[in-house]
Amino acid sequence: MRKITPFFLSLILSLSAAAQGEQASSSLMRSHLKMYVVVAVLVIIFAGITLFLFSLERRLKKLEDNSK
Amino acid sequence: MTVFPSQVADSTADSTQIKATCSPEVAVAKFSQFAFPYREILYQSIRNTFYHVPMWFAMMLILIFSTVYSVRYLNKGRIEDDILASQAVNVALMFGALGLATGMTWATYTWGEPWPNDPKLNGAAVGVIIYMAYIVLRGSLTDEIKRAKISAVYNVFAIVIFTLFIFIIPRLTDSLHPGNGGNPAFSKYDLDSHLRLFFYPAVIGWSMLGFWLLSIGVRIKLLESKKSSQ
Repeated sequence: MRKITPFFLSLILSLSAAAQGEQASSSLMRSHLKMYVVVAVLVIIFAGITLFLFSLERRLKKLEDNSK
Repeated sequence: MTVFPSQVADSTADSTQIKATCSPEVAVAKFSQFAFPYREILYQSIRNTFYHVPMWFAMMLILIFSTVYSVRYLNKGRIEDDILASQAVNVALMFGALGLATGMTWATYTWGEPWPNDPKLNGAAVGVIIYMAYIVLRGSLTDEIKRAKISAVYNVFAIVIFTLFIFIIPRLTDSLHPGNGGNPAFSKYDLDSHLRLFFYPAVIGWSMLGFWLLSIGVRIKLLESKKSSQ
């Protein structure tokens, strides 16, 4: 559990860092009636859930290693 | 061009493009064309209603679940209830982080900046921090029974403060979010309930995903605690 908290913090911090480089991608994000904003949101959600599943997998792996 | 939060713009400037991007095949049979709330600042990004908003709905549901199990722990003193409550907060924090991240992305291209000084945003951030403090609190206590009791009490207080920050304070002041501070919510935008048709299944789906992740976490935790007690 203690390992998960830094992960959430880094997730939030990395996004505010990503927002800095927004000028270059701004025209893409605003094209097609802002459809790419939805794409970006989907990518973020997919990445977040994947990272959470990886953290679960790490805990499971530790259990497996201990039970040997 | 300024668009006030309470303004629903029915601009026809881009209506040909709208028709082009929403093919009639998607439409429910009795409607000639699929329609969605059309505003200058939103355009197609209205679809984030099915992704950003259910993150918070799922978070809230899972937090309520967590509180119920914390209260149950305080009543009955079963350690399994404490495990359920703590794992639920983990999953809820994931949804909270995703809700903040998706909200910041959406806000950048609609409200113009990732973090406009909005009471709902600040309230949500404080709420997420309150639950991070819950994790820190649990991590700082080594005795299992003491940890379970103290964190269960904290959890009950946390949901009250979270509700206050995310639902009550934004409604008392001005907010950019729909449904807050005199802004219209769904009913004003979604005149023909097309959004609701997709929104509520999305809420159910994301919540179910959350409870699945929660059950995996609980099962791993139960195995871990069984291992350590041997």
